[in-house]
Amino acid sequence: MAYSDKVLDHYTHPRNVGSLDKNSQEVGTGLVGAPECGDVMKLQIKVNPTTSVIEDAKFKTFGCGSAIASSSLATEWVKGKTVDEALQIKNTDIVKELSLPPVKIHCSVLAEDAIRAAIGDWKKKQGQAQMESAPVAQQAQAG
Amino acid sequence: MSTTAIAPEEVNVSKGVKLPIYMDNHATTRTDPRVVEEMLPFFTENFGNAASRNHEFGWVAEQAVEQARERIAKLIGATSKEVIFTSGATESDNLAIKGVAEMYREKGNHIITQATEHKAVLDTCKRLEKYGFRVTYLPVQKDGRIDLDDLKRAMDDKTILVTIMTANNEIGVLQPIREIGALCHERGVLFHTDAVQAVGKVPFNVIQENVDLASISAHKFYGPKGVGALYVRRKNPRVQLVAQIDGGGHERGMRSGTLNVPGIVGLGKAAALASEGMAEEAKQLAALRDRLRDKIMGQLDEVYINGSWEHRLPGNLNISFAYVEGESLLMGINDIAVSSGSACTSATLEPSYVLKALGAGDDLAHSSIRFGIGRFNTEAEVDYVAERVVDTVNRLRELSPLYEMAKEGIDLTKVQWAAEPSAH
Repeated sequence: MAYSDKVLDHYTHPRNVGSLDKNSQEVGTGLVGAPECGDVMKLQIKVNPTTSVIEDAKFKTFGCGSAIASSSLATEWVKGKTVDEALQIKNTDIVKELSLPPVKIHCSVLAEDAIRAAIGDWKKKQGQAQMESAPVAQQAQAG
Repeated sequence: MSTTAIAPEEVNVSKGVKLPIYMDNHATTRTDPRVVEEMLPFFTENFGNAASRNHEFGWVAEQAVEQARERIAKLIGATSKEVIFTSGATESDNLAIKGVAEMYREKGNHIITQATEHKAVLDTCKRLEKYGFRVTYLPVQKDGRIDLDDLKRAMDDKTILVTIMTANNEIGVLQPIREIGALCHERGVLFHTDAVQAVGKVPFNVIQENVDLASISAHKFYGPKGVGALYVRRKNPRVQLVAQIDGGGHERGMRSGTLNVPGIVGLGKAAALASEGMAEEAKQLAALRDRLRDKIMGQLDEVYINGSWEHRLPGNLNISFAYVEGESLLMGINDIAVSSGSACTSATLEPSYVLKALGAGDDLAHSSIRFGIGRFNTEAEVDYVAERVVDTVNRLRELSPLYEMAKEGIDLTKVQWAAEPSAH
């Protein structure tokens, strides 16, 4: 199977590999996939609490070249976006950018899931923080 | 943590290897130049049809075919009359299994095989099931070998054929063929073995191994693609087959069709070279393979060999690298030709059924690489491959969330994975 140049580039020079402190209030962690499926992605975001802008993102992936490229690209794209802007990222955008063949589309779906899971985790933390700091019950932000 | 690219072109000159390196000798082998040389005259000079009985062109071709037949018979301990030529081992497997099934249908309709067979055997058995035959697929133990007691128990008075491969193409594991054959002869059941990966590489004698039918493929032991053979026993017992290809009655009525003379000559030469050099070559291959294993396992932890080490082809090394997915590993060593049991490398996204049958778990199947060392691999190549594999595995482990979790002491078998995409 021939890989697109962009997939090879992300694979050879992956962006934003690493980890953020998952215990930090500002960090959202998404862990999706399963070893038996051959694909596991961990995507983390560090979000500015006032502006909701994603200031940093890191990833780690167990998976094929297309999976690594999809998650690397995802961290590139979410940086600088607000959390709501990042939720607009669709797997089809990833497929297009990386020229993924049909058999690899599921890698892009997993990357989109990873973004959503990270944002969902961050939002959940903010909801809990709000509840802790405001004794009068507030509506918890839906994930 | 930033990672830098490795540029293989720079490395190769200093390491004295020519890229890309071929180390996938279970998929196919390079045709030995001596084989090609032997074949060439039969295209443009001695191009007769071996079945042309009335002129010299035919006689010369026929003589060359008979010499090849002799050479193959000698390699496997058979007589010339017991070797018939086919288009390859897939055809030989089809002919053996379907040919026996149809011939002995009155006697019984039960066939026994095992889970790690090549698809040429498994799919043929599946087709026979559609025609009303009963097939038992024996499981294998963790080392990849069948349990002889399972075989004993599976045999009944309707069993007409046992078909079990001599050596497995993915994990290189050797089955207890001699004992299987002895058991079959005791019970009056025919024994076919797909000997494709074994012939020419390890000693294989049809009398000593108690084999009644054996499939052979030229391109697995430095012969050309598109030609193979089937050993069909004539004595104790005499095996009969229903031909699967009709038209002219060639090969004693068992396989019609004009013989692929150049291909057959090539197969014969490959067999002659193997007869001469097998013992020495097996030693060399085992030494190279062990060197590769030692270099890899000496520099990496959590690396597992798939299948029995004791009963194994000398050139085969099938390893799983925990926490690293196979296709991404292949991508990182893209100047080396090997293969992987990962789902991502298959068109159907299914992981290797052979590794699954070992009971290892899908995650290790996804992390497996098969190295097939052959006649033309060198020590320098082995050293280069080991270095690139170790570098790539280390790099990918830095990228791997599973490695990170394992290092933190998390038991990955206990984690609840969010495998289902979250609803949104």
